Amino acid sequence: MESHCLKRPTRRTFLSSVALTLIAASSGPALARSFSGILPWEEGSANPPTQVLPGGWVFFTPEEATTMEAVVDRLVPADDLSIGGKEAGCVVYLDRQLAGSYGVSSRLYTGGPFLPGLPTQGYQASGTPSQRYRAGLAALNSWTRDAKGGKRFAELAPDEQDSVLRDMEAGKVSLPNKVDSKGFFNLMLSNTMEGFFADPIYGGNKDMASWKMLGFPGARYDYRDHVSKHNQPYPLPPVSIAGSTDWMAK
Amino acid sequence: MTVILPRKDVVIVGLGWTGSILAHELTEEGLDVVAIERGPWRDTATDFNIGYAQDELRYAIRRDLFLQPVVEAMTMRNNTTQTALPMREYGSFLPGNGVGGAGVHWNGHTWRFWDTDFQISDHLNQRYGGNRVQELQLQNWGVSASELETYYDKFEYLAGISGKAGNIKGQIQPGGNPFEDPRSRDYPLPPMQMTYAPTLFAEVTKSLGLHPFPTPAANMSKDYINPLGIAMGQCTMCGFCERFGCANYSKSSAQTTILPVLMKKKNFEVRTDSEVLRVELDASKKNARGVTYVDTSGQEYFQPADMVLLCAYGLHNVRLMLLSGIGQPYDPNTGEGTVGRNYCYQTNAGAQVFFDDKNFNPFVAAGALGQTVDDYNGDAFDHGGLDFVGGAGINCIPTNGRPIQTRPTPPGTPRWGKDWKQATVNAYKSTLSFSSQGSSYPTRGNYLDLDPQYNDRFGRPLLRVTFDFPDNDIRMSNWVSDRMEDIAKTFGGKQYVNTRRKKGWDSVPYQSTHNTGGAIMGADPKTSAVNKYLQSWDVSNLFVIGASAFAHNAGKNPTGTVGALAYHTADAIRQQYLRNPGQPLVSA
Repeated sequence: MESHCLKRPTRRTFLSSVALTLIAASSGPALARSFSGILPWEEGSANPPTQVLPGGWVFFTPEEATTMEAVVDRLVPADDLSIGGKEAGCVVYLDRQLAGSYGVSSRLYTGGPFLPGLPTQGYQASGTPSQRYRAGLAALNSWTRDAKGGKRFAELAPDEQDSVLRDMEAGKVSLPNKVDSKGFFNLMLSNTMEGFFADPIYGGNKDMASWKMLGFPGARYDYRDHVSKHNQPYPLPPVSIAGSTDWMAK
Repeated sequence: MTVILPRKDVVIVGLGWTGSILAHELTEEGLDVVAIERGPWRDTATDFNIGYAQDELRYAIRRDLFLQPVVEAMTMRNNTTQTALPMREYGSFLPGNGVGGAGVHWNGHTWRFWDTDFQISDHLNQRYGGNRVQELQLQNWGVSASELETYYDKFEYLAGISGKAGNIKGQIQPGGNPFEDPRSRDYPLPPMQMTYAPTLFAEVTKSLGLHPFPTPAANMSKDYINPLGIAMGQCTMCGFCERFGCANYSKSSAQTTILPVLMKKKNFEVRTDSEVLRVELDASKKNARGVTYVDTSGQEYFQPADMVLLCAYGLHNVRLMLLSGIGQPYDPNTGEGTVGRNYCYQTNAGAQVFFDDKNFNPFVAAGALGQTVDDYNGDAFDHGGLDFVGGAGINCIPTNGRPIQTRPTPPGTPRWGKDWKQATVNAYKSTLSFSSQGSSYPTRGNYLDLDPQYNDRFGRPLLRVTFDFPDNDIRMSNWVSDRMEDIAKTFGGKQYVNTRRKKGWDSVPYQSTHNTGGAIMGADPKTSAVNKYLQSWDVSNLFVIGASAFAHNAGKNPTGTVGALAYHTADAIRQQYLRNPGQPLVSA
């Protein structure tokens, strides 16, 4: 019966991709271990996610945040179905993601050479998400200042904002500094949707707004009593990994 | 300085499904076995914890349990005229990482391939004449379905598969798959309770004269205790299955079926976070001396062993062979060489039906909970008047309603804004999807080799995947899509969409982690890398176990066949190889 590690035990250093603390902690990679004659369960080695709390910007500058808040409110507008992207916290979500491992592509293959690829070969540029947002938002505001009478994106009327976003989506806007407007639009769209539909612990989807809108019950884990109730609505409201706001009120 | 470790009887590369099966079987023989695993140790309570397992962002989008490209990427191109570039982020397929491998986050569809697959070349030539398959490099596997039956059975009982037999000892069973080969007994568990969408799919396909049956599932329909005495719990249909580890002990994996027994054995050891760099050969190149690996501190070790078993993901098995100089690399110009040969994939297409008046509760789901129609799979139907060979299973297996990824909308819906939101809400619960999973047949030009330009973190060349869907497979998939259109119309929804497979394999959108071939089995050492027992023709004390051994891919998920081949190999080692270690089990 033995369970020894060749150096030191560091299962906890396998931090979640979604944890903000990855860069800051940087306690190094997990070291090789050997297990024999035992099931190596270890007390306290579970790695739950860290809850994102609103307040302040970690990655964005105030101007970037204002621009992004305007963008997410057009991508996910407030209406009878749900609150808008800004109120839902999509920019808080994005800010924390860009400040973490996602922002620096720490898990991706980033070796050169960086050659232009075919569409079937996927993203081949060297820019990480945090670099692309920094450059992309600056380019967007610079473009609207030139094309829209000196206004920043957030200062445009909602209809004008929609029109700019539609043109970006179609690749019709030539942003300065060689920013690929279509690629940057797609990045903003997919990240906004992640924030809006992910578990609220990551900062977006406030009060499970998107889940209530869809009727998705969230982190519930047992539907055995409903599986045979074909075509009947599921009766329970959603819960998050962090529970439910209703529970906390009681 | 490389540390030289004490000799072991057996070294296994990778502790997923096949590594765990082989380790269990060979430790039963009293052998001293060590497994070297690149990723971390993983167990249910810690790593698939019920307090936070149901996290779509973390596990499905950021893919916490998968192999990360920074650890190992691959390059891809569609043909040899293109320059392969690295898949900087995995997309089309998602290899696993860590103890349990891809068997942790699979869906659990557990199929048997048919005898017409194993004898595919002979069978098609006899039925249709040789000119039908000229553009393809189809080969017999060197094994028959009846030889493998007992090993399929063993894997299905280990894993507690829920299903309904279609053919027991030649007797067709109502409600099962009438096209399957004879099996010795029914599945260990009955089928799962059906959700609404597959129930409708079964009604509709039955009305069209087809033969729907419950998809064989590694999700437990009931509590189960497997032959090793390990207990699993009933699946709760949580809808967090594929891409996730199961927090309920309800999905079969090495963790839930083997490791609790294997890990307690004193003659077994696993070293985690340790990556094998190469297999070391002796001067004759016919005998493996062991493996060299590196841990995360950068320390290199040489682990000598009498036998080496490559049990990594199929693509990694092939890469390790190429990096170690085992066998002759395949050359697409001449069609000669064996390592990298007959790389195949899966030829899939989809259909969606939109309704106004139905609620499918898409979140009530499991990875393999659904219905399949095999009437158009493999050679179950007459191809005499058709311009292709092969076929597809048609599956209605709604696996989840996780909203970052699963938000169907009718064509023409904007991707954002007010209209997007309304259409998304309307379609979320009322859309039924089904898909075809088609065969993938080998051609001379689809293959695996080492990339000449891009390296991994240790400076070793990445694996290069050269692949496009063969014309035969595109014709097959389109023909099956025509049949799916008939099915989609019959549902009577307000609208349906048929998404057809096109030429030009795209590495970006997820399609399937069913990469097969590259170290294929066969009867002829000129055209196969391993014999029917998955023993290398070139290095007799080396076995290469996994879907790398598939001579082509059928219209079915590979894991059942991978499990059966692993047990077949284990049995051959126990019953034959150990009597004359180091000798070929089949003479060339």
